[in-house]
This record gives sequence, C-alpha cells and structure tokens, in this order.
Amino acid sequence: MQLNNFFKFNGGVQPEENKTLSTGLPIARLPIPKKLILPLRQHVGQVAKLKVKPGDQVLKGQMIAEADGSVSAAIHAPTSGKVIKISQEIIPHPSGLPDFCITIEPDFKDTWIEKKPILWKKIDRTQLIEAFIKSGIVGLGGAVFPAHMKLRIRQTQPISTLVINAAECEPFITCDDILMRERADEIIQGALITQTILGAKKCVVGIENNKIEAYEALKKAAQETSIEIRVVPTLYPSGDAKRLIYLLMGIETPNDKRSTDLGIQVFNVATVAAIYRYLELGEPSISRIVTITGAVKTPQNFEVLFGTPLSDLIDAAGGSLTKQKKFIMGGPMMGFDLPSIDVPVTKAMNCVIESSPELFPAPKPVMPCIRCARCADACPVNLQPQELYWFSKSSQLEKAREYNLFDCIECGCCSYVCPSNIPLVQFYRYAKSEIIAQDKSKEAANTARERNEFRLARIEREKKERAERHAQKALGAQDKEGQDEKKSTIAAAMERVKQNQQENIKN
Amino acid sequence: MITALLVMIFLAILLGLVLGYSAVKFKVDGDPMVARIDAILPQTQCGQCGYPGCKPYATAIAKGEADINQCPPGGDAGAKALAELMGVEFKPLNQEHGIQKPKSVALIDEATCIGCTLCIQACPVDAILGAAKQMHTVIASECTGCELCLPPCPVDCITLEPIHENFISWKWKYPIYNIQKAQEA
Repeated sequence: MQLNNFFKFNGGVQPEENKTLSTGLPIARLPIPKKLILPLRQHVGQVAKLKVKPGDQVLKGQMIAEADGSVSAAIHAPTSGKVIKISQEIIPHPSGLPDFCITIEPDFKDTWIEKKPILWKKIDRTQLIEAFIKSGIVGLGGAVFPAHMKLRIRQTQPISTLVINAAECEPFITCDDILMRERADEIIQGALITQTILGAKKCVVGIENNKIEAYEALKKAAQETSIEIRVVPTLYPSGDAKRLIYLLMGIETPNDKRSTDLGIQVFNVATVAAIYRYLELGEPSISRIVTITGAVKTPQNFEVLFGTPLSDLIDAAGGSLTKQKKFIMGGPMMGFDLPSIDVPVTKAMNCVIESSPELFPAPKPVMPCIRCARCADACPVNLQPQELYWFSKSSQLEKAREYNLFDCIECGCCSYVCPSNIPLVQFYRYAKSEIIAQDKSKEAANTARERNEFRLARIEREKKERAERHAQKALGAQDKEGQDEKKSTIAAAMERVKQNQQENIKN
Repeated sequence: MITALLVMIFLAILLGLVLGYSAVKFKVDGDPMVARIDAILPQTQCGQCGYPGCKPYATAIAKGEADINQCPPGGDAGAKALAELMGVEFKPLNQEHGIQKPKSVALIDEATCIGCTLCIQACPVDAILGAAKQMHTVIASECTGCELCLPPCPVDCITLEPIHENFISWKWKYPIYNIQKAQEA
C-alpha cells in the first residue's frame, strides 16, 4: 500500500495494534434486547428534553427526546415498544454515577415510524439545519459533538476542505475499518452530501496504511468522484482531528483556533454514513457499529441499537473468558474502565475491550520522574509533559494552565513512553477537572458578590426613599393653612350634599 | 545662575502639573487591596468571621484589624491564599469562627412554610423567593449556603442540604498508585 505525501507531526507512538482480533468476521446484527436504556445525555452539550412519559407506545425511529438549545442532540426510539420508566441509571462514564435514562420495553415487531427522506438538494439551508437538529446525529468517532453544529456555515470563513477521518488510530478498535469494508458506498455518498452541504471545494479521506481492505473498498466506491483517498502512516494519534489535518495538509491549527477557522471541517466515516442514512433513507441515528474485543470468545463487530445493555453484547460475542469481568470502553490508550456490565451502549461507545491480565498486565510500580523528557519527545501537541506533571502533582494549577494544560488531548503517548511508569494523563485529567471546578466556584462567588452588592444598594436606596417620604409628610403637616383650606372645601361640599338630600326628601 | 534657577522652576512647575493631572485622572476608587482580598474570599456573606459580609471582612484585613484565618467557608486553602497575598505567615483556620463544612444549599420545606418573609430579609444574596403569606422557595443556583436564613425562621422549616456529586460536577481524582520499593542495601 503506497503512502501518499504526508507531513509528520511531532512524537506519536506505535503501540501493538491488536486489530486483527476483531476483523475476522463480518458485521453482525444484534437481536433486539429485552430492554433498552437510553441516557438523555449521549452527546456534548445540553441534556436532551424529554418528549415521552412512562406508558407511551413508541415506534422505531420516533423522537423521544429533542435537542434543547443549539449544542444538543435528539434521541430516537431504536425499536418499537413501550416506555416503561424514566429513571436514574448507571451510564457508561468514568464517574460511575447515574444519570436520567428512558427505558423502553420492545414489542419485537420493530415497526418503523413513517420514514421521510429529506430532499436536501431542494430545501434551503436553514430548513436543512432544522432537519439535522432532529436527526440525533453526533460525531461517532468518540467526540459525540452534535453534527448540525458542524454543518453550519459561517459567512466569515467558508469551508474549503472537508476531511473524512478514517484513521482509526487506536489499538483494538475496528468499527470504522469494518464499516469501510462493508459499507464504503454509504460513506462515499455521505461524504459527497456533506461536501455539497458545506460547499467545500475538496474532500480528502485520510486513512492509515494498516487498513488495506478498507482502503480498496473506499477506492472502488470513490472511483467516479472527486474524493481523494490518502494513505497516512500508522502512527498513534493520527486520528485526532488536528493531527490528521497536519498529516494531510501540513497545516497546524493554532491552539486558540478551531480547524473551521482555517476553512477545514473534519467528519468521521461513521458520521457521514449516518448523514447519508438520515437524508436519503430517512433513518435517524438509532444504532452504531461497536467493536467487542479482548478476552471474549468471539471478538467481532456488531451493529447495535443504542440502549442495548452491555451484557447482551458480551453474550452475543460468546461470553467473557475471565472471572474479573473488567471492561474498558474506547481503546487502551484513551479509554476508561466501565463501572458496570449493565451500562447501555451509547452514541459514544465505539469499542468495548474485555480486560485480562494477559492483555493488560497490572501497572508496574511507579518510580520517580527522572526528567528524561521522553514524554516531551512523544507529545503530539508539543507540550512539556514533565513540567505539566510537576505542576499537576503539586496542585500548582495556575502554573499548569500557563503551560497550556488545556491543549493536552489526553492521548496517553506520554504515559506510554514513560520509563518510570508514571500515570501522567491521570494527573492531567485531575488538574483539568480541578481547574474547571475552581473556575466555576470563582464565577459563583462573583455572582454572589454582585447580588450582595445589589442588595445592599437596594436597601440603601429604600432607606433613602423612606426618609424622603417621611420628610415630605412632615412638610405637609407644617403646611397647616393649606390643610385648613382643604378642610373648608370638603365641609362646603358636604353642606351642599346635605342640602340637596333634604330637598330631594321634600320633593 | 539665573538660567539654572529658571530651568529648575520651570521643570518643577511642569512636573507638578503632570503629577497633579495624573492624581485626578488616574485616581483609584477605594482601596485596591480590599478588592484583591475580597476576590479571594468565597462570597458566602455568612458573617462567621465576625463582620457583616465578605467585603467588610476584607476591609478589616486590609486595615490590619482582622486576622487572615477567620473565614470557615474559605478554610485553610483560603487562609493560605490570603497569607500569600498579604505576605504574612500562614495560620490554620481559627476554629472559634466555625469549621469548614461541605458546600450546601438551603431547602425550604414548602408544606411547613407559613410565608412570614423573615428568611427573605435575612438572605444576603436575594436567593429566596416569596411574598407575605405565600410559600417561599430557595433559588438553589444562587444560594451560597451561608445559613443566615436558619435562625429567623419561626417554624424551623429550612434545612441545609449538602450538594451531592453528580454527573456534571464529578471530578477526576488525584491519582493513587503503588510506588517502587527501594532496593535494600
């Protein structure tokens, strides 16, 4: 497989791929499970707004929660059935904390709601974006950012290049690979649609050179189109959007800018396939391909309805081979341990790895940092991980921020190369969330200060007003003559009334 | 001799004018030190320090009348930050003023509330909503957990509920791991 011209970014690592484990079998469809648990927050941004209540009958593809605000995404019923409860359930998140979920009991008829393909070539842009807000499509590469936000065009900076991210750089994960092999047409169609919607002149697919079958399939599907398929070397983390842009075009995205500021938009292959299915077939986002691999009997890829309990997925893969039953969501570099095997499959779940002592030996004891700076050599975003480690470890958070902690993409290259086995990324995650929490409480304190100052000012003002009123009253009391005048007028009027009444009686 | 004198007088007048103008033009309102201290204080406005709010306490610290360790909501961390700012020795929180409690918000038992408005008058940040003989409620997002609404309530229907960690406020914990035992000599 011929490598195209590329621009190598700094650092990166080449961990053992372990991809062939799960690419031996075609995509299998998981049977409809006994219940589906759909978290209301499966995307970045605002939690989706409920549109159903317990007891409601829903059809496959029916919207059950709508996007709340612009950075939010809708959720659809993955099959027909009945909403049985809306409750707090454990979700696949490193915290292991519960969040609001809709539980659906399927009726196993799998009845579709009327599918309405969208005539995207005929309707105008605002209508198209409106339609996309209802699609529930989010970035399926793992970032789960609502797709309709990425399809907006800004007048200031038109999009010139659409990059389709087919790198899938993390070990073990093969869901994009298998999708490209089997559904290359959908991806290419989706890419063309997206390119047209964005008005991009060019569309480039970036794929790592370890996915030969996928490359061939894409090449075949893209034969009569202007889409360029470019092969980049297998180098983790080439799948990070900004790294991929650099690999393909040699353009470095400044840390305070987004790639769209440079006229480049990036979509994952699975996302453009979902866009195709939504526009051309009228199917909203209700399922995805999930890799189940590691210590399971038959590692493979499944097309899974969102909300399917993880335990069903494990059973479908022949069951687990270990007693510990520890599962990692995502890849070994950036993934996290799942809190339970009852968590549902969500839009972000691209891969589940069953951990075993052979695959992932217990972490070696940590030794002190010797400042060898291997982490700095490996860092793909050109940070100084050894400094960040120092500041994070000693909770010098402001210093860590100064050293651009928030540019860290948490790819784990630094931890991977560290000869002292220091869990560097864990320190960065700790420091980041601590800084975010501090900023929030600072903001809350500022609001409290403002509210307190406003209250004090109000009390002061009211006091002054009351004093003025009293002063005015006192002034009125002094003005006796005026009052006597008033009294005599009133008395005169009373007199007149009396006279009138007497006259009336006489008459 | 005369020239030198004239030059000096001219310079004195010129510089005097510049300084006088700057004194008026760039005058700083209030004590900048107070604002800097106030920025560190947690703004709960609870008065546990012995002053009627965070700003009065900040003013007292700036004047040297109050110590830096009288703020229970700020805790040791707050005292440390103040010590750093003031250039004085760090002192742990003075327990006489209270202990640092987990962040909480007030909750009104709406069934018991008689609508007396006493808590509304006590709230330093206007976080209680209600009217005479109407049920009151706490705007949880604005409540600082200062506890000032507790004593005036005649029916004791207000409690302070600690804020539980949820999915949004969850934080990654400080990493804990095994370290390599040094080889014995």
